[in-house]
Amino acid sequence: MTAALQRAAIVLALFVLATVPVWVANPYYVNIASQILFWAIFALALNVLIGYAGLVSLGHAGLFGMAGYTAGLLLAAGYGHWLAIPAALVATVATAAIFAVLSLRATGIGFLMITLALGQILWGIAYRWASLTNGDNGVNVGSRPAPFGFSLAGASSFYYATLVVFLLCLVSMLLFVRSPFGAALRGTRDQPRRMNTLGYNVWLCRFLAFLFSGVWTATAGLLFLYYNQFVSPQIVALQTSAEALLMVISGGTATLLGPIAGAAIVVVMKNVVSAYVERWNLVLGVIFVAIISFMPEGLVPGCVRLARTGYRAARGGRARPALSAPTEAGR
Amino acid sequence: MTALALKDLCKAFGGLQVTRNVNLSVEPGERRLIIGPNGAGKTTLFNQITGDLKPSSGSIHVFGRDITRIASRQRAHIGIARTYQIITLFARDTLLRNVMLALLGLSPLRWNPFVDLERQEHLRERAKAALARVGLADIAERRLSETSYGERRRVEIAMALAQEPKLLLLDEPFAGLSADERRDVRGLLAGIPREVTIIMIEHDMDVALDLADRITLLHFGEVIVEGTRAEVVEDPRTREVYLGA
Repeated sequence: MTAALQRAAIVLALFVLATVPVWVANPYYVNIASQILFWAIFALALNVLIGYAGLVSLGHAGLFGMAGYTAGLLLAAGYGHWLAIPAALVATVATAAIFAVLSLRATGIGFLMITLALGQILWGIAYRWASLTNGDNGVNVGSRPAPFGFSLAGASSFYYATLVVFLLCLVSMLLFVRSPFGAALRGTRDQPRRMNTLGYNVWLCRFLAFLFSGVWTATAGLLFLYYNQFVSPQIVALQTSAEALLMVISGGTATLLGPIAGAAIVVVMKNVVSAYVERWNLVLGVIFVAIISFMPEGLVPGCVRLARTGYRAARGGRARPALSAPTEAGR
Repeated sequence: MTALALKDLCKAFGGLQVTRNVNLSVEPGERRLIIGPNGAGKTTLFNQITGDLKPSSGSIHVFGRDITRIASRQRAHIGIARTYQIITLFARDTLLRNVMLALLGLSPLRWNPFVDLERQEHLRERAKAALARVGLADIAERRLSETSYGERRRVEIAMALAQEPKLLLLDEPFAGLSADERRDVRGLLAGIPREVTIIMIEHDMDVALDLADRITLLHFGEVIVEGTRAEVVEDPRTREVYLGA
């Protein structure tokens, strides 16, 4: 894609995102757009570890819930948003640091199992430590914050607030992916031993990536809390981690658009399709199987690959055999 | 001051002694060839010098500094670079990006999450220069997975040289190369200035012999013969263990 075309696509996408409440109008669907955006933030955060560090975490629901619960409990105890939000961010990043120290002793399946266990500990606390967390009943939050006097109570205003945070997240991801640190992290994914010999501190690269992932997971968790004005143990459960993992993998790991597309699919399935099809989980399952069968690299890189082969075929005969693997778009 | 001094170095994997009391002393600027049959412990010796493996006992000094216990990544920062026998490069990246990663490894810039790596012109220029040095400047933007085995060998060497090491360890730089490629790589190695001390493992004595000042013959983890080219080649023990004649 040429630079001009790319710029046009970005402007168009921004325009579409900025006008969602206008052309969607129905608050129900505006809310779904908000959900897509904060789940996309969560998926992008998880993608830092899965896609760029090559570390598959199944404990991120714990971090997501940590942010929601910290803020929720502080608000329920009568503290203001100005305290609850930073406290939730700090507590979650600190928890992410503990997760990282414990789980980075391993990679691969070992890393996955340790993060899974740590996530389940947090779920256990949310579910069982009823005197602290109110157990199964969850925590209610009375109001959404009103930054600079701008009330977020309505669907549209909450959507715009979420959009701003989402764009900040996207910019930070873009910077990260292009940066020397991002390149170093991808290096530790592909050739950790080599990176060590080249002078990189592989462990520290991964640790910092985990913290970066933790910051945006916490942000997504906060948006989730304020969106629902409620948090319960259900969201801390393994299912949330698995769903986020599916968003990343189905959309395309190590891409920026993949996790967003994955989040959109899951949220739409859950909210829209479930209104028409009772067994929406089955539909979701079929979609995932189809994606993995036909585009094992994920939806976004897969579509790029198809578009490219289609373009070459359209130009007729001159199509070269694809020398480059379809990973380019993702990197 | 010696460039590399190994003292009573031992390494055992369980009951298997792969390095036995190796004493080795390499002078600055020297070209040392380490030969030995398969399983002689040559690569294991390299892995201990670069820190990929911890020795069971003994010590390693590089330019007078004891590095026996320091981490592998820190050894890169004090001027040790190596190439690998089994090529471990970044297949999805371009040649230029591969060399840039090598340069970045020694630069504080590697922690920077804000700037665009592609716009770090000084890094790009240095990486291009390193590729030019090994004759790959014209395919710098090609993806590594689209290059030949011989070209990858040269990328390995470019990455090591880009780090401007004081001590360069080459693990079978000629392995798997065609006759033409061997000649190219040999010319390349011969052109490395004497500020760089080179230790090279090589099976194929014919190609490597005239690059070496001194030769060490390893067998079952032990130094059997050490000396100048002529001394080692003439030594009956060399014929016995290595040349098999």
